[in-house]
Amino acid sequence: MDYLAIQILNGVQLGLLMFLLAAGLTLTFGIMDLVNLAHGSLYMMGAYFAWTLIGWTDSFVLGALLTLPAALALGAVVEAVVIRRLYARDHLDQVLATFGLILFFNELVRVIWGPAGKSIALPAFLSGTVEILPGLPYPAYRFAIIVVGGVVALLLAWMVQRTRTGMLIRAGASNRRMIGALGVDINLLFTLVFGLGAVFAALAGLMAAPILSVKIGMGDDILILAFVIIVIGGIGSIKGAFIAAMVVGQIDIFGRAFLPDLLKTFLSNAAASTAAPAISQVLIYLVMAGVLVWRPTGLFGPRT
Amino acid sequence: MIQALRTRRGLVVIALAALAIALPLLTQAFDQRYLLSIGTRVVIWSIAAASLNLILGYGGMVSFGHAVFFGIGGYAVGILGHHGVVLGWVQWPVGVLAAALWAAAIGALSLRTRGVYFIMITLAFSQLVYYVGVGLEAYGADDGLNISRSRFPGLIDLRDRAAFYWLCLALLGLVLWFSARFANSHFGFVLRGAKSNDVRMASLGFPVFRYRLAAFTISGALGGLSGVLLANHDAYISPAMMSWVKSGDLIVIVVLGGMGTVFGPVWGTVAFFVLEESLKPVIDLFRKGWGEYWQIVFGPILILIALYAKGGIDSLLGGRRDGGGGHG
Amino acid sequence: MKYGILGAVTIAAMAFGASGALAQSTIKIGFISTFSGPQAAIGQDMRRSAELAVEHLGGMAGGKKIELIFEDDQFKPDVGKQKSEKLVQQDKVNFVTGYIWSNVLLASLKAVTDEADTILISANAGPSQIAGELCHKNFFSTSWNNDQTPMAMGQYLQDRGVKSLYLMAGNYAAGKDMLAGVRRTFKGQVAGEDLTKWPDQLDFSAELAKIRAAKPEGVFVFYPGAHGVQFVRQFVQAGLKDQIKLYQVFSIDAITLPQQGELALGSLGAQQWVNDLPNDANKRYVADFRKKHNDYPSYYGAQAYDSIMLIASAAEALKGDLANKDRVRAELKKANFKSVRGGFSFNTNNFPIQNFYIQEAVKDADGKMTVKTIATAISKAKDPHFEKCPMK
Repeated sequence: MDYLAIQILNGVQLGLLMFLLAAGLTLTFGIMDLVNLAHGSLYMMGAYFAWTLIGWTDSFVLGALLTLPAALALGAVVEAVVIRRLYARDHLDQVLATFGLILFFNELVRVIWGPAGKSIALPAFLSGTVEILPGLPYPAYRFAIIVVGGVVALLLAWMVQRTRTGMLIRAGASNRRMIGALGVDINLLFTLVFGLGAVFAALAGLMAAPILSVKIGMGDDILILAFVIIVIGGIGSIKGAFIAAMVVGQIDIFGRAFLPDLLKTFLSNAAASTAAPAISQVLIYLVMAGVLVWRPTGLFGPRT
Repeated sequence: MIQALRTRRGLVVIALAALAIALPLLTQAFDQRYLLSIGTRVVIWSIAAASLNLILGYGGMVSFGHAVFFGIGGYAVGILGHHGVVLGWVQWPVGVLAAALWAAAIGALSLRTRGVYFIMITLAFSQLVYYVGVGLEAYGADDGLNISRSRFPGLIDLRDRAAFYWLCLALLGLVLWFSARFANSHFGFVLRGAKSNDVRMASLGFPVFRYRLAAFTISGALGGLSGVLLANHDAYISPAMMSWVKSGDLIVIVVLGGMGTVFGPVWGTVAFFVLEESLKPVIDLFRKGWGEYWQIVFGPILILIALYAKGGIDSLLGGRRDGGGGHG
Repeated sequence: MKYGILGAVTIAAMAFGASGALAQSTIKIGFISTFSGPQAAIGQDMRRSAELAVEHLGGMAGGKKIELIFEDDQFKPDVGKQKSEKLVQQDKVNFVTGYIWSNVLLASLKAVTDEADTILISANAGPSQIAGELCHKNFFSTSWNNDQTPMAMGQYLQDRGVKSLYLMAGNYAAGKDMLAGVRRTFKGQVAGEDLTKWPDQLDFSAELAKIRAAKPEGVFVFYPGAHGVQFVRQFVQAGLKDQIKLYQVFSIDAITLPQQGELALGSLGAQQWVNDLPNDANKRYVADFRKKHNDYPSYYGAQAYDSIMLIASAAEALKGDLANKDRVRAELKKANFKSVRGGFSFNTNNFPIQNFYIQEAVKDADGKMTVKTIATAISKAKDPHFEKCPMK
């Protein structure tokens, strides 16, 4: 029972981390119709910014907080220099240009920070374990991710459902022309949304950094996963991204934690231990393909 | 053909074709075998890019899993060879057919979706095959497998690098001829019509889905052919040949060269390989040791192409978008 | 027409600009490694060590100048093969060395050893096939075969009477080799085994929970590079370090230690070379490397250093005349040089017969993380595949 609870919690934590990354991606996608492959680069830059700023300030919390405005600034610059010129273009041009951005950022990081990875040490109050239930230890930092991720998800839900910006975002996701008709400064809104997406990506990067390592290309690994999530959830839907991230998180953990034993009940030991990792490796792709065959625009995507 | 001589594109094509045919002689004369190896790779990748161009360029179907056909064609050669079936007459048709079958199967499922959903579902299916390759321990798993080249007794020895190059070049010529015919056929017309407005084509009574599926299958078969050739070029297969990065490279090549043009895939491949091979030494000329960071230049070049070179390299050669030796 | 001419000029320029193969007044050594992307740190360490070796030789061997040509495989087998072809066909190198990855090595092998009849010295990758049925007279290794290092670790744990182990590695060929290797020598209970997604698994929370539930005496892992950093960090964060001992191969080294820091303290690993091995060649190598780069060299670097020294020893014995390949191979086979691991000999399959040591992650006098030798796990070990190699 304890074991099951821990594994569910692991799935929630993984899902929330992926949600942070996917949220920014689905926002820019939904509202600006922009395929931004460089979202993973923003995630990476967030982690490197955090490493530098935490080093300067000598404080994990302060450095982490400073990372967010730095990411906003970076997002604004990238938007003004490259992204702004891509809104009117088709998806392929966007893919090509943002793929170029990935190469650029990966090499830039190597020039500035060198090829070796970096690590961010945790402050004492986050480095141990907490007892979430009596006798049930859980890493304190992972628990912190659940808390921060949960708060951010709630904030986003509030913003999208209750504020004027959120209304524009919802309007934009379903009908782009309408926002213009409302007399909103589109350029400003787009810069704002892209910057916001960059902040979410950087937040995901800096929160992942103490668990994973800060390294070149760290965003490329996780970018596909983020795309899988927004596609399952339906492009432009924050709710869809959240639910998809949670589902993917649970499925991923399930595949690793329970599948081997499950398979052993009807396969030989050897066959099960070969098949289980292979299946868990492709599990989320199977889920995505299944969802898309069933619902070609994702769970909560716009119906045509 | 005579008509073609009068256009700038026609002249460029003929000049480059002459150069391409003479390449093995040139590399031998100047003792530069390495250039022939690159040349062969460029030709094979051009075939793959041309096959992707059929669906991406003419049909607007952005498949983000096209490298999977490299893998299917390659593994057909490798696996058959591993079990003693070394005849190219068996290996090659099996490779092409397997790729076509797989394309038909995933096409039937994927073509229900549009836009980015299509991009992602094709990626998902290619990842499935990729990880199957990683799991094939009998065939080297992710370490890959050293294989022997296909045999065509009495006809051609593929170990002869020049002969193999000419064979690939001839096949590329056939594929390009086919795409020119394809573009100007009734079939290509429906496909291009559906690219700009599939509802209209459907309401005109065209079974758009079936046309797309047929195109997807043909594209897969030709992709399989390029995989067969690649395996024979490298004498080695591994799952890495179908990684999603390779699929991304293929898309970049097609866009770079000019989508929906007959020769665009060739221009794109040449430009891609020339950039990759020459950026490092060129940057090194300016400042020794900095060549290693060539991607910091390559990235912005891609951005500039996406932003300012609409229509790709092919459009630099003059206006006709559907170009080629056809009668359009 | 001007485009056509332009094209012809470009190709011609490429052809001539590349290299005019002059008479061999230098010893050319091609070096394939990863110099871009997330694994570039390994390539950097190898390059620094190879350059240091040339420096220690005074830039010369057998009266000839040594020229190193580095090429980046980008961690992709096809690129590695292409660059290997460039080295042998265009640069016409006398030797090719380097190679971190098994798949890059396997992809390049034929093009170098067969088609170009050039000698290849692997400074890291050692897949079982090449130790066995794919062995080749033109192939030498200054590293090890994949099975050997985990076998050494397993032997040590067996000798120390460890009762139960939980095994973990990435789900790929080398990962499976490593787990098979430790099972060859460790005969205690295997409390559980996980092959994790490779290379894209970043989170180990599910597996760590399984380890906690299985309560083994120790965990054996193989996670090279950045994955090792992630695993060690998450292992400690989960609070398992005080309960379960961590044993590893290739997961804690001079490249990962700056990032793992104190989290790695006390973990044991196996290796054929450690930076504190007490021989003169090693002392000089490590001291000069540290002076120059303010970092400890890694085993990747030590192997690269050895491969250059091995080549130099053959060139020295032949007075720089490398034309007769049979004589070059015969000289290489003697391994007549001061290896930083303290001497080894070549087996019939051209893999080293060598000692393996157990190393512990510790802090040095300056508070810097490093590893130190604590025991010899196996002496004069041969890999388990050499009998399958037809060479005698």
